[in-house]
Amino acid sequence: MFNIFDYPVKKITLFFEYIGQYLMLMVKMFRSIDSLSNYSINIIDQMIIIGSKSIPIVLITSFFSGMVTSVQGAYQMTTTLVPKWYIGGIVGESVILELAPMITGLVLAGRVGANIAAEIGTMRVTEQIDALETLSLDPVAYLVVPRVLAGLVMFPVLVIIANFCGIFGGLLACLSTLDINSYQFMKGVKSWFNPWDAVFGLIKSIHFGFAITSIACYFGFYTTGGAQGVGKATMNTVVASCVTIVILDYLLAEILL
Amino acid sequence: MIKVKKIHKSFSDKHILNNISFDISNGDSIAIIGQSGTGKSVLLKHLNGLLRPDSGTVSVDNVIINEVSYVELQNIRKKMAMVFQFGALFDSMNIEDNILLAIKSLTNLSNKNIPSRIDKSLELVELNNVKHLMPSEISGGMKKRVGIARAIAINPEYILYDEPTTGLDPITTDKINQLMKKVSEKKKVTSIIVTHDMKTLKYVSNKVIMLHEGNIIFNDETELLFKSNDKFIKHFVKGESI
Repeated sequence: MFNIFDYPVKKITLFFEYIGQYLMLMVKMFRSIDSLSNYSINIIDQMIIIGSKSIPIVLITSFFSGMVTSVQGAYQMTTTLVPKWYIGGIVGESVILELAPMITGLVLAGRVGANIAAEIGTMRVTEQIDALETLSLDPVAYLVVPRVLAGLVMFPVLVIIANFCGIFGGLLACLSTLDINSYQFMKGVKSWFNPWDAVFGLIKSIHFGFAITSIACYFGFYTTGGAQGVGKATMNTVVASCVTIVILDYLLAEILL
Repeated sequence: MIKVKKIHKSFSDKHILNNISFDISNGDSIAIIGQSGTGKSVLLKHLNGLLRPDSGTVSVDNVIINEVSYVELQNIRKKMAMVFQFGALFDSMNIEDNILLAIKSLTNLSNKNIPSRIDKSLELVELNNVKHLMPSEISGGMKKRVGIARAIAINPEYILYDEPTTGLDPITTDKINQLMKKVSEKKKVTSIIVTHDMKTLKYVSNKVIMLHEGNIIFNDETELLFKSNDKFIKHFVKGESI
């Protein structure tokens, strides 16, 4: 007989199964780190794929985020007596503290997370991961460790780039459409700048980098069911990464600020 | 020698293998046959530890592979190669690098001797000019032959073939059959072949294990399979529905 409680109970059980399986994979990953020297080329490859190749999209998104912050900041201030140079401070702080890490994280959840999940998922359904095992290669050390390490290293680099680009976008918006010169803008950026905020942004980016790459590796690694399974793994990766980023963002702000 | 003792395997509620036991002696060519979904590939993946049984043991050269540590299992796997149904070539690498990866991870061959080993393996499967192609640039039959080349490049004691001729045209099937026989005889390799193809069975194997609904219903010499009076076996061998 159909029981109304069956569905939520099944879903909750499945959620905890996912969490357990993910934690097991992470344990395997940390155990595999000792064989890292064998896979140094893979790590460099992944740093290029995750880091260098993501630069264009990070530049575009952070540039426009900075611009829109400038325009909206100025719009909010039109009826107030706040000095114009405050716009620089608002843009600088918004970008460094929130926009650069958050938007970079969300964009890379799509670009990097989906790419990793689809690649490893396809390797799973075409038995390439089984083939690695038969070659006595540890698939976790070969596939998961390089991607997660590359994420840990490259995400902060991308966020630093996004910080500069976002502030530059804000400056350009001020110069082109608002009646604020670069001196005023930079005065605002400098006077509001707090070094800890930049460190906080980087700490967030390291957490986001680990979350996105490890979640993507997890869904890819346990893909089942052919092309449909790869699609599902990719979708689950993007959804789970975005939700995790938002939750981590709040938790880290609560703990560190 | 491979010894399988009373193994059971289930996935969720579905029972796949039920109390399976058999031995494979060195130098044998064993075919594992049966209807689709009867657990042939699952059984094959137990022989190199890709799957672990729910109960029972699988031992290779007196080492129980479902009870050893991961490192020990990796050492056992160095004696075994597997040819996958669709080749399972790494699609981010070209053909040469696919074979190179196998040689580097499973042998102690010096860098100087590796190129000639790759060439010899590809020569044996009659693929001479594909080294620099990517897996996506070659046909299904060629992928299977590269899979065999990757397997023999490491000079294994055992080769496991998972449906090596499925989906191929008769001429390519015959080539693969000849190749498997050549590898088995020339290199004195123990071959375990999962197949549906009666031609492959007759040509390559000297013994047959037949699975039906998770149980072994035949385990004997190939010739005796064709003389069996069992109704199901007769239908299967003739390719007739029951």
